[in-house]
Amino acid sequence: MTDMPAVATLIISFLLVVAGFFALTGALGLVRLNHFYSRIHSPTLANTLSAFCLVVCVLIMASFTEHRFVAHSLLVSFFLIITSPVTAMLLMRAAIKRELQRSAKNQE
Amino acid sequence: MNMVFFIATSFALICFVLAMCLSVYRMTTGPSVADRVLALDCMYINGMLVLLTLGLRFHSPLYFDIALLICMFGFVGSVAMAKFLLRGEVIEP
Repeated sequence: MTDMPAVATLIISFLLVVAGFFALTGALGLVRLNHFYSRIHSPTLANTLSAFCLVVCVLIMASFTEHRFVAHSLLVSFFLIITSPVTAMLLMRAAIKRELQRSAKNQE
Repeated sequence: MNMVFFIATSFALICFVLAMCLSVYRMTTGPSVADRVLALDCMYINGMLVLLTLGLRFHSPLYFDIALLICMFGFVGSVAMAKFLLRGEVIEP
């Protein structure tokens, strides 16, 4: 941390605090919301934003320590942006299918 | 300035660990099976964020590769479990 300017350290600290806040918000929504279809939205959205903030922190830090632009940390954010909606969509379809099966079993 | 960075990383780590605790609560008391899979998904992403924060704090590039591996294998696990809930089997003939 000795060779970094103060502005970069402040930006990194601010982004870290924002990332922690959003991760906590997503998990709180996972606990507090009352139905599965509303519960699935909060962790997928908030965790993606939190991971993006943290990845920007890693990018700034690696760029200052190696004295060039290092963009390999954006790979995590890119991968998470692709995979998070896929998981959410599959889980939603599974929940809908299981609910339909249960209601059909109750009607018999 | 190092003190600000130290406090920020500590705050972020505490937030991520609290989020993991909340998702463990949802995983143990989830009303449906899809809730438990969703809580596991949230938990592995939070663990990955903890590893990224530790890599920032200790100035080590090794944590980033571990975080990337956790991201990929967690996605594979979540998709496998969701596929199992959807169809009844993971790999279809």
